[in-house]
This record gives sequence, structure tokens and C-alpha cells, in this order.
Amino acid sequence: MADLDILVNQFQNKNQVAFKKLYGMYSKSIHGVVYNIVKDADIADELMQDVFIKAWHKADTYSSKKGRFFTWILNIARNAAIDKTRSKAFKQSKQNLNADYFVDIIAGHENLDDSTDAIGIKKFVTQLGEKCKAVIELLYFKGFTQKEASEELQMPLGTVKTRNRNCIQQLRDMVL
Amino acid sequence: MDIKAYIESGILELYVAGQLSEQENQDIYDLLHQHPELLQEVLEIESAVVKLTAAVSPHAIDFDSFKGKLGLTDTKVVDLKPKKPNWMSYTGWAASILLAGGLLWTLNQKTELELQLQTAETDKQYLETQIEDARTDLAATKNLLDVIRDKDIIAVPLGGQGDYATSFAKVYWNKADNTIYVDAEGLPNAPQGKVWQVWSLTLNPLTPTSLGTIDDFNTDDNKIFTIANANESQAFGITLEPEGGSESPTMDQLYTLGVIDATP
Repeated sequence: MADLDILVNQFQNKNQVAFKKLYGMYSKSIHGVVYNIVKDADIADELMQDVFIKAWHKADTYSSKKGRFFTWILNIARNAAIDKTRSKAFKQSKQNLNADYFVDIIAGHENLDDSTDAIGIKKFVTQLGEKCKAVIELLYFKGFTQKEASEELQMPLGTVKTRNRNCIQQLRDMVL
Repeated sequence: MDIKAYIESGILELYVAGQLSEQENQDIYDLLHQHPELLQEVLEIESAVVKLTAAVSPHAIDFDSFKGKLGLTDTKVVDLKPKKPNWMSYTGWAASILLAGGLLWTLNQKTELELQLQTAETDKQYLETQIEDARTDLAATKNLLDVIRDKDIIAVPLGGQGDYATSFAKVYWNKADNTIYVDAEGLPNAPQGKVWQVWSLTLNPLTPTSLGTIDDFNTDDNKIFTIANANESQAFGITLEPEGGSESPTMDQLYTLGVIDATP
């Protein structure tokens, strides 16, 4: 954590080397999150870059006391992507937005890189229960609160929390 | 505090997802500093989520293709590219070396030309001397020709005598100024330690009178020698004598002898 703290601190001091490292660590994840929302590679490209530009310019608003750096930038990404889906231009061009979850996207990747992670994740998502897929989708990709997820999934608040814990545990077992 | 139960509650997963209140985030931040196992748990959750979300991305976009949009490229990391060669400097040095070489060459040329000029000057002086000599020679020859052509001159051929039959000489006698001109080209060079001596003779009785030795015979070019003669000569003879000359002629060394015509 110490290394990450230093890196984030340098990033907040406008150190581009630190920025490049953080970009390398998280840009693909952010791209995945926004792509899962907008379902368009070109728009996702643009959004992801906008997210990092915004993070760069608003770096001083981040504080580790408010949460993880990844969580902070993930939040920026989700908000930006959701804002995008609400724009008039986006609605007009994406009338038939398909309802695929992240799992369908991962399973649909024909050319996933041959890394162990990628293979492990693809295997995981196909084996994952429907409830797990939904919980992870809502909490991590869509940014639903625990309460919103509870309502969406029609399950008790505490169940969302423990089910999520179990689902992430399975994921950790597969990819870490 | 039961750390294990806290972990099992699933709150850390919600923490990473960003679904907790500001107060809850602050509490967890404090707990992470107190309990390394909680931090480890968070790091693993985060790592798994980072990998999962990254797996959804159809492709990556590298940093370099994106950083231009930052508008901060002026503060980018300094590239450690090798310094470009300084062509101006190289050209300057090359020009300097060429110039120095050119100057040396010019200096060398100058010295050589000066030497050539000096040689030419010497040659010129030498040629001038030769011309002068030739003029002098010409003048002398003309003078000689004038002397020989003079109507008052008496030409006396001197024939070879005895063993020296091949020798010959001629005497041109100008009685008006008591001078004889001996043309001795028909005589060999005088050997070492010997000189030619010229005699004026009267015949009855036979009386020789020395007219002098020809000391510069061997070095003279035209072998014509001017000698004063105030005698009433009837004949001329030339003998080879020891250096310094003799009182009377050594008869066995008489090379040439010529008698003057009785009726000039």
C-alpha cells in the first residue's frame, strides 16, 4: 500500500511518470467498465480517456481517507458513462442497446489475450451463478448502492452483502 | 474487535465497490492502518475486481497515444535520446583544418617559388655574364680581325721543326706599333713545369732575343697572344722551356720557326 500511496501522491503533484504507471494499472479496467455501460468501443475509448483526463485535473480532490484510488477513479468512470447514456445524442444512436451483462461480453470475446488471467476469468464467468453475475454487475459495473441492488434483485440488504462477498471470493480463487 | 467476522461481513467488498458512506470509508481507512490483515484483504479484493473489469475491455489504449490530450506534453519525461551530432561544430572544425592545411600549402608554395626565383636570378646573372663574355670575346675577335687585316701587318707562318713537324704557328707583326700577335693554336699545351717561349731572331749572325714566355697558354681560349717586339726581327721561333723561361733557346725544343720575307 505504501508504494501505491507514494505513486498516488506523486500523481497528485502532477508527476506524469506516476500518472503513466497508474494509467497502466487501471486504464483497461476503466475501459471495461465504461464499455460494459455504453456497449460501444469508440465511445468507450473516448470515455475512458476523458475519465483519466478528469482524474488528472481533479487529482487534488482525491484523498485516501475517502477510499481506494481505484474506487475513486472507478466512480468517476461509472458516472461519466451513465451521463453519456443519458445524453440525447447517445439515446438516439443506441435505440436497441442490448442488455448483455459483463459476463456475456467476456464470454463473447473471441480474441481474449492468452494470459492465465484472461482464461481464468472466462472460465469463472461461465461457471458463475446467475445471482453472482447480477450482484457483481450492479455493484461494480453499474455503481448501484447496496440498497438499489437489493431492490433490483429483490433480495434482503444483508444477503446482497454476503452474496457479493462469496462471489468475489470465488473470483479471487480463480484469478489471484 | 473480531477481524475475521468483520472480513466475512462483506463490508470490504462494498468498500472497494465504493458503496459505503463517507463515515464508513473513514472508519475503514483507520482500521486498515491498524490491521494489516484487513489491508491485505482489501488489496486482494481490489486486485480481483481490477482483473475482472479489465477482462471486459475489448482492447487497451496505450498511454502515449492518449497523453497528447492532456495538454501537458511540455512537462513530459525527458527522453534520454543520444544528443544529435552538432553539424555546425563539425563543419567549423573541418573548415578550420582545411584552412590551416591550405595556409601551410600556400606557405610551402611561396618558399618553393622564392627558391625558384632565386635560382632564376642566379641563372640570369650567369647568362648575363656569358653574354658579357661573348660580347667581350666578339669585340676582341673583331679587334684581332682588324689587326690581322691591317695593311701594315706582316704575316709570318712558323713551320714545325724536326720531331715537331706537325706543330705550327703564325705571327702577325705590326711594325708601326712594335707589336706581334702570336697565333699559337697549332702548338700543344705546355706540359707541367714547362712554358712556351717566343724568340726574335736575326740570321747573320744567328742571334736570338727573348720576347717572353706565354704563361697563360693552357688557359687561353683563342691562343692568340699579344707581345711587344721592338727588335729588327728577321725570324721568329717558339721553344718549350722550363718554367720561368731561359736565357737562350733550347734548340732541341724548338717547335716552330718562321723567317720573315725579305720584301715585306
